[in-house]
Amino acid sequence: MAFQTNNRIIKWIDYRLPVFSFAHHSLIEYPTPKNLSYWWNFGSLAGIMLVVQIVTGIVLAMHYTPHVDHAFASVEHIMRNVNYGWLIRYMHANGASMFFIVVFIHIFRGLYYGSYKSPREVLWFLGVIILLLMMATAFMGYVLPWGQMSFWGATVITNLFSAVPYVGDSIVTLLWGGFSVDNPTLNRFFSLHYLLPFVIVGVVALHLVALHQHGSGNPLGIDRKGPQDSIPFHPYYTVKDLFGLGVFFIFFAFWLFYAPNALGHPDNYIPANPLVTPAHIVPEWYFLPFYAILRAVPDKLGGVVLMFGSILILFLLPWLDTSRVRSGRFRPIFKQFFWVFVLACLALGWAGAQPPEGLPLAISRVATVYYFAYFLVILPLVGWFERPRPLPASISEPVLGAGKMAAQPAREKA
Amino acid sequence: MSSTQVSGAHGGATRRDFLYVAAGAFGAVGAAAAVWPFIHQMNPSADVLALSSTEIDLSQIPEGMGITAVWRGKPVFVRHRSAKEIEEAQAVALADLPDPEPDAKRVQKPQWLIMVGVCTHLGCVPLGQQGDFGGWFCPCHGSHYDTSGRIRRGPAPKNLEVPPYTFIEENRIRIG
Ligand code: HEM
Ligand code: FES
Repeated sequence: MAFQTNNRIIKWIDYRLPVFSFAHHSLIEYPTPKNLSYWWNFGSLAGIMLVVQIVTGIVLAMHYTPHVDHAFASVEHIMRNVNYGWLIRYMHANGASMFFIVVFIHIFRGLYYGSYKSPREVLWFLGVIILLLMMATAFMGYVLPWGQMSFWGATVITNLFSAVPYVGDSIVTLLWGGFSVDNPTLNRFFSLHYLLPFVIVGVVALHLVALHQHGSGNPLGIDRKGPQDSIPFHPYYTVKDLFGLGVFFIFFAFWLFYAPNALGHPDNYIPANPLVTPAHIVPEWYFLPFYAILRAVPDKLGGVVLMFGSILILFLLPWLDTSRVRSGRFRPIFKQFFWVFVLACLALGWAGAQPPEGLPLAISRVATVYYFAYFLVILPLVGWFERPRPLPASISEPVLGAGKMAAQPAREKA
Repeated sequence: MSSTQVSGAHGGATRRDFLYVAAGAFGAVGAAAAVWPFIHQMNPSADVLALSSTEIDLSQIPEGMGITAVWRGKPVFVRHRSAKEIEEAQAVALADLPDPEPDAKRVQKPQWLIMVGVCTHLGCVPLGQQGDFGGWFCPCHGSHYDTSGRIRRGPAPKNLEVPPYTFIEENRIRIG
């Protein structure tokens, strides 16, 4: 049903700038598979978190001072003096964690249900680009309060680039604008921390264009056969997304009001001191798995390459997974390796928070090997050898046609 | 330019191809020239570059002790080494070192070890008189340095850097 209205003003505008028909088309009538599970809520949650970060961030920027002598004090000023400053800052700091929780779940949803497979490869790439931009944004945001973890996190992470052969040191000097992390670094990080979220908004828009081109995937991983397999986005999924949002905000509010500093590190309440490194520096929790990979390798360049490689490898995923069945639900062997992969990621996260020695180091090494083996060896081979379970004939069949229609054998590989 | 010659046989295309390539090349050079200021502005500014130097009075540092000075925003370790430390540093076989360098090349006077206190792995400040080699230990990712500040074990690839310094008096140095 196309967009219709009797309001003459809306008609007048829409004839010249079709924003109303566009919104109608993509938020109301947009045909959506009727079998989406709650795992499909996390995309819209991520979008909401981006808005939360931008709104709270712009407010923080009205009270924050990007200078090494004032940054720490200005954040304390926000916490103590600014009306509701504590609330807005805690929303922003915990909001970053919530954003990552949501996006990580969103990504694992994609990994399990094969959302990266044809024809959604570009949609997947745009998602990986968003992840990289988010990581850069969150890293630079964490530097802004200019505490000990801010300073030493910035030092260690920017120094990663010194591993680049020949030009490494010049790159690091360029990033710092000096010979160590200092005022020029803080200033540019603030500028970029303000900019990048809006770049993310742009990439999210492309992400949605790519999504709407072929429509959402679904837990069965089969294409829609006709109109009987879809329902309009509104009211069905608007309501479901809003319900999920309510539940998620309860979770967010728990951290915000009962444990606002639990996800942060106490050392960041000590002002930055360029002459003393804290005994045990750790990044924010959402970087721990990558940090564990960095430290699992006893070689500087090797560690850096594997750390960046662990994300860049996601760009190759559509070709590394050779199975033609999308959904993990019909892939008995894949499923098992997938859950071990989830476990390996959690183990990396745990090991990343421990000192790099003994058992944690051993675990991070095993998990790193599994992480890469999963993509480079397991996925290509399993797709080849595995015999998938029979796929249902249509999205409606498992619900409506049970008994009437016999399950079809899995599509044979060409 | 080779395309000019190839298409030259067909007459009129020659000049067009040439203009096309020349215009493209000028455009590319112009764009690069316009981009450079926007990259170079990120490099250290004139005031940061203005060579700062630091003077240190060594007479206050007894044997077996050290101080941490600041030079260009970085910590500099100044250590008055004991005879034992010097002996250990000189006794190491070069073949045992990941970044081979004799102790004599790292000091001007054996009792004074002066180096930038920044781990060559990812830039933390190592802790003095710790680790398995009696020198420095970096807690960030576990690099061990010896009594000459040379890397012995761990992820750091290089020895601690020795900054340029001169003895301006018997017991006074200028770094930088
Ligand atoms: C992708 C969205 C964003 C993420 C993931 C993010 C993340 C972060 C993080 C992790 C911090 C450190 C919080 C702390 O520990 O105190 C921070 C601080 C800050 N952010 Fe953002 N941010 C985002 C968007 C923005 C935007 C759009 C602005 C607008 C200017 C902004 C302004 C600030 C300011 C001023 C601070 C310093 C105050 C403080 O530390 O609380 N942020 N950000
Ligand atoms: S920074 Fe010293 S070991 Fe990594």
